[in-house]
Amino acid sequence: MLGPLDYVLVLVSFVAEVYVVARLCISKNSLRYLSLNIYMLATVGVTVGQAIVWNRFGVSSPVYAYVYYYTDALLTISLFFVIMSFYHQIFQQMEVGKYVRWASVFLLSATALFSYLVVRQMPSHNLTSRFVVAMSQNLYFVGVVLTYLLWGAVVKLRETRTRLIQLVLALGIFFSSDAACYALRNLFPGLEANFLKWVPPLAGTFLPLAWAYTFTKISEGARLETARVALPRMAAHQHS
Amino acid sequence: MIAALICVISVAVFLQFFVSYSRSIIAAYRKSDLSEQVREVVGIEGQNVSSDQFGRLVQLIRLCPQKGDDQTDLKVVGVYYWMMSALRSTARTLAPRVTSWAERERADCAYFVAVALDRRIAHSRDLLAQQMSNS
Repeated sequence: MLGPLDYVLVLVSFVAEVYVVARLCISKNSLRYLSLNIYMLATVGVTVGQAIVWNRFGVSSPVYAYVYYYTDALLTISLFFVIMSFYHQIFQQMEVGKYVRWASVFLLSATALFSYLVVRQMPSHNLTSRFVVAMSQNLYFVGVVLTYLLWGAVVKLRETRTRLIQLVLALGIFFSSDAACYALRNLFPGLEANFLKWVPPLAGTFLPLAWAYTFTKISEGARLETARVALPRMAAHQHS
Repeated sequence: MIAALICVISVAVFLQFFVSYSRSIIAAYRKSDLSEQVREVVGIEGQNVSSDQFGRLVQLIRLCPQKGDDQTDLKVVGVYYWMMSALRSTARTLAPRVTSWAERERADCAYFVAVALDRRIAHSRDLLAQQMSNS
C-alpha cells in the first residue's frame, strides 16, 4: 500500500523531470545534453508506465515488481550513457572519447556477466527476479565507480564549468546512495521495511531536482575553481 | 562480503560527493561581499562571519519574506552545517586538523546564510519601494 509520501515523491520527481526536459528545450541546450534529455524523457515514460501497472495490478503484485526492477535496470543503463556524455565533454580536447566508449561497454557487459554468474550459483527457483535485483545492485555500484572516476578527472583536469561540476556531483550522490541502499538491503534485510525503502525514491527525486536546480540557477558560462569544491586531499593532489 | 564492501565504499563516496556538492553551492555565495547594513544588523566585523552565528542568522532569515530561489540552497547547507558540527565534535580529540577544517566549513556555511540574508533584505527593500511608488 502506498502512503501520501510515496505519492508526493512520485509527483515531485515527475514534475522535476518534465521541467528539466522543457528547460533544456527552451534554452536550446537539448543537443548539448542529448543523453541527459533522453534519460529524463525515459524516466517520465517509466513513471507513467509504472503508475499504469500499479493501478491495474496493485503495488504488491509480482507484475509490478518485475516492471519496477527491469525498468530501473534499463534506466540505470541509460544513465551510463549520460556519464559517457560527461566524459566526452571533459575529455573533448584530448580526443580519447573512443576509448571511454569502449571501456564503458566493456564494464557494462562485465557487470551483467558477473551478476549472472553470482546468481547462477544460488539454488533458487526464482532465478530471473534474483538476477534483476543482483544486477541492479552491481549496476549502481558500477555507476558509483564510473562517476567517481569522472569526478577524479574533473578535479585532475581542473574543469571549471560549474554546471558540469554540479551535474556530476548530483549523479554521484544518486548512484552512491542507491548502491549503499542495495548493499544494506543484502546485509540487513530487516531494515528494508522502516528505513531503506525510502532511499531509492528519495534519491530518484533528488537527481531530477538537483539537475533542475543546476539548469535553472547556473548559467552555461559560470565557472568555479574545483579546488574550492573538492575535498582538501583531492585538491592538494590537483595542485601537486 | 561483496555487499559489505560495496556498502562501505558507497557510503564513503556518498559523503565525499555530498560534501563537494554542498561546497559547490557555498562557493557561489562566497564571491559576494556582505553589505554594510547586514553587517550592522548581525553585528559582524569585517567580511568574516563566526560559525556560531549560523543559528542566529537562520532565525533572522526566517523573519524575512522569501525570495523564492534560495530555499533549496539553505536546506542543503543546513544539513552540511549539521554534518560539519558532528564531525567537529567527534574529531576534537582525535584529529585537530580535521576539527579546524570542519570549523572553517561551518564558518563558510554561516557566511552563506549571511549573504542569503543580505539578498533577502535587499529584496524586501525593493518590494517596499515598489509598494511606496504604487500608493
